[in-house]
Amino acid sequence: MRAPSEQDVAAGEVLLSVENVSLAFGGVKAISGVSLDIRRGEIRAIIGPNGAGKTSMLNIINGFYQPQHGRIAFKGRERSRMRPYDAAHGGIARTFQNVALFKGMTALDNIMVGRTLKMRRGMLWQLLRVGPAVREEVEHRRQVEEIIDFLKIQSIRKVPVGKLPYGLQKRVELGRALAMEPDLLLLDEPMAGMNLEEKEDMSRFILDVNEHYGTTVALIEHDIGVVMDLSDRVMVLDHGVKIADGTPDEVQSNQAVIDAYLGVAH
Amino acid sequence: MAVDSARADTFPKLLVRNARLYAGRPAYRHKDLGVWQVWTWEQVLQETRALSVGLGELGLKRGDKVAVVGSNRPRLYWAMCAAQALGAVPVPIYADSVAEEMAYILDHAEVTVAVVEDQEQVDKVLSVSSRLPRLSYLIYDEPRGLRDYDHTKLKWIDEVQRIGRGLLAEPQGLEHWEASVAAGKGADLAIMLYTSGTTGRPKGVMLTFDNLIVSAENGNLFDRLGPDEEVIAYLPLAWVGDHLFSYAQPFTAGFCVNCPESPDTVAEDRREIGTTYAFAPPRNYENLLTLTMVRMEDAGAFKRGMFKYFIELARLWGEKILNREPVPLHARLLYWLGELLVYAPLKNRLGVARIRLAYTAGEAIGPEIFRFWRSLGVNLKQLYGQTEASVYVTAQPDGEIYADTVGKPNIGVEVKIDDSGEVLFKSPGVFVGYYKDPEKTTETKTIDGFVRTGDAGFIDPKTGHLKIIDRAKDVGRLNDGSLFAPKYIENKLKFYPNIREAVAYGNKRDCVCVMLNIDLTAVGNWAERNNVVYGSYQELAGHSQVYDMLARHVEEVNRSLAEEPAMAGAQIRRFLILHKELDADDGEVTRTQKVRRSFVAERYAPLVDALYNGASEADISTEVTFEDGRKGMLSARVKIRDVNTVPVPTALEKAA
Repeated sequence: MRAPSEQDVAAGEVLLSVENVSLAFGGVKAISGVSLDIRRGEIRAIIGPNGAGKTSMLNIINGFYQPQHGRIAFKGRERSRMRPYDAAHGGIARTFQNVALFKGMTALDNIMVGRTLKMRRGMLWQLLRVGPAVREEVEHRRQVEEIIDFLKIQSIRKVPVGKLPYGLQKRVELGRALAMEPDLLLLDEPMAGMNLEEKEDMSRFILDVNEHYGTTVALIEHDIGVVMDLSDRVMVLDHGVKIADGTPDEVQSNQAVIDAYLGVAH
Repeated sequence: MAVDSARADTFPKLLVRNARLYAGRPAYRHKDLGVWQVWTWEQVLQETRALSVGLGELGLKRGDKVAVVGSNRPRLYWAMCAAQALGAVPVPIYADSVAEEMAYILDHAEVTVAVVEDQEQVDKVLSVSSRLPRLSYLIYDEPRGLRDYDHTKLKWIDEVQRIGRGLLAEPQGLEHWEASVAAGKGADLAIMLYTSGTTGRPKGVMLTFDNLIVSAENGNLFDRLGPDEEVIAYLPLAWVGDHLFSYAQPFTAGFCVNCPESPDTVAEDRREIGTTYAFAPPRNYENLLTLTMVRMEDAGAFKRGMFKYFIELARLWGEKILNREPVPLHARLLYWLGELLVYAPLKNRLGVARIRLAYTAGEAIGPEIFRFWRSLGVNLKQLYGQTEASVYVTAQPDGEIYADTVGKPNIGVEVKIDDSGEVLFKSPGVFVGYYKDPEKTTETKTIDGFVRTGDAGFIDPKTGHLKIIDRAKDVGRLNDGSLFAPKYIENKLKFYPNIREAVAYGNKRDCVCVMLNIDLTAVGNWAERNNVVYGSYQELAGHSQVYDMLARHVEEVNRSLAEEPAMAGAQIRRFLILHKELDADDGEVTRTQKVRRSFVAERYAPLVDALYNGASEADISTEVTFEDGRKGMLSARVKIRDVNTVPVPTALEKAA
């Protein structure tokens, strides 16, 4: 276990740093004293067995949970309290483990929702649908179309997402997060419940997002194989404690990680 | 105009002509970012010219071969013309070929430059590039995901065009290119199309500009096609049909080619464009019909009733109205009402609202399917063609439409049947030969200039139209001497929506047995309506109620075979339903979805044995190839059913 050293910081600009945070629900400690840094432009993974505190960690970064201890700095600015709304404004987008889309709306409309934050004209303008509001919407639509093209979901543009198979719903959710043009994209188990082919597609898209848009990605995943292929650096949590942090190779050969995953006789 | 086209004897020359003749008219459309982007003929000339000059700068020269791999995108079509302008020969390759198949063609055709669609194709070519020392440049259309690749041999198509535009701006740049176009002749090699072939390695069919341009012009004349047509390009670039309908004909007639947004959006895109001229294998017409029927099953009772009533009405009068036969007034009025309430909305839904002419070819089409489309007022016709003929051999003229013929010889085509029943033809479209395979060429082309089609058929004395029964080499006999035409039987089976594929065996055997593939859409929907629970394709295929249903279909086929004296001896005795779909990736069907019967027999040998040894079930374990090229094993126990046949006198009794 180690905190981000000077060397790490030198390797790339730190976009988000979490120092020594702890989170407890009543008496249950979800996270204890974990430090983590995410560098601009990297794909950072947080892995760990069930109940290791992965999603809690994501919720802390996202501002959904307030840690009892520790400090968080995003883009160099330390923050005391942050709500998810502020996080979104600040450039953090996320997807959810159990797909949180508007089921009755089309894929296109769901992704357009992601542009809401970027719309300057208010609701009245948009209801009137005149001049500037229409021009603005056309511009947003163009950007959304680029995302649709990017994710290869042209054929489901006008399909209500509730009718789509799970793998495609996940893709639409990724599209909505991308529509926010985030600096940091948080993915909560992007491959959960997918078959092998869907997993490969999703990996491809995550790599492409990272390369094409230069988006920094932090992801939580169960499937270790996928993570190791995808990530630049991996942090391993177990029972709310960081047990390893480093490149996929370093992590894979770490005895503590092997023990945590395979179990050891206590 | 006549003088013009006489001079324009290559596609680049035709492009220059069209840019002058149809300057501001749309030539290509491509749906991108949800919007149809349009290029006029003039713009296409500019784009193609820039690409062509850029390719020249990369070292492409007369006689070189250029592979083109990808889906139907405007720039891939322009790449073909750009290469032709330099005297190079485009070689389109099926986009869904696996790397091995691609490597064979790239090597055999001695390709020096490959123009491909995207990262997927780049990866495939790169994976085999070490075996292709001649390949000097790989050019891609879609840059996504390719930024970090080594760009010494890799170039983005925009980059090549930029080089070209730079050179064109220099003095003499344009003249230099125009001189290169002018140097092309009609007798030059225009394209090499590798036929997927039901047996052995693909063969490179060499076609000249004269072959394609004269055939296209004759086709335009036969069907009166002009610059106002709209077609949608969605069939594989490497298939001669697409090359003629989406390249040669638009270039000669000056009409517009529409490229869909993605292969999955063709139906939607077709509806938006409202194509006037269409071409599709029977399978497409069948799928659309199946889909319509399945959707109607889920509609409300009123709509379903209305649909049933008017479809029945159309069945009675629709074809007669289309053929301009006399029809009583009340039928006309009802049909008009049907048009308003059912046919027009349905045709709009299916994307054929503006269709003037639709062709089906490649396989026999089910008479029911054929009539359904025609009864709606869609002028669906049959065509018989081959790569070796630059498509056209025969086609049905307007007003002479039959469900079971393939029509009369096209303009300039001569057809004859030899003693063994094989169909031969002679036409301006007859190919030069197979690339680097003079032996096969002489086998196929006779001394007097005719080409052996390999198909068995006859001229129907009633109509004067050609009828095709089967591949000549596949027509065999049962041990009792009865004629056995497997395709004929398979087609009868495949006309049932529940049966997607059928493979018949019987040559030099005691009886006919078949292996069937269920159609997942149709049978799946049936299962849903009848509360049949299944977890996978394999489970549904093995379900006893599915077997019952298909057994009824097979018995109906037997009854229909019994009605035809020549075929009555070849009724089906036993059948089984395969546990997996026959797939091109496993080599079981060709890329154009034709079953490779003998390969399937070898692969499923235990099943074929079981069909003939009386067993009631058999175990089978086969290797399957996934889309990404990995392999896995699939095992199953397959049941076999006996079916009733209609008694007919055997050949011996008849003789006695």
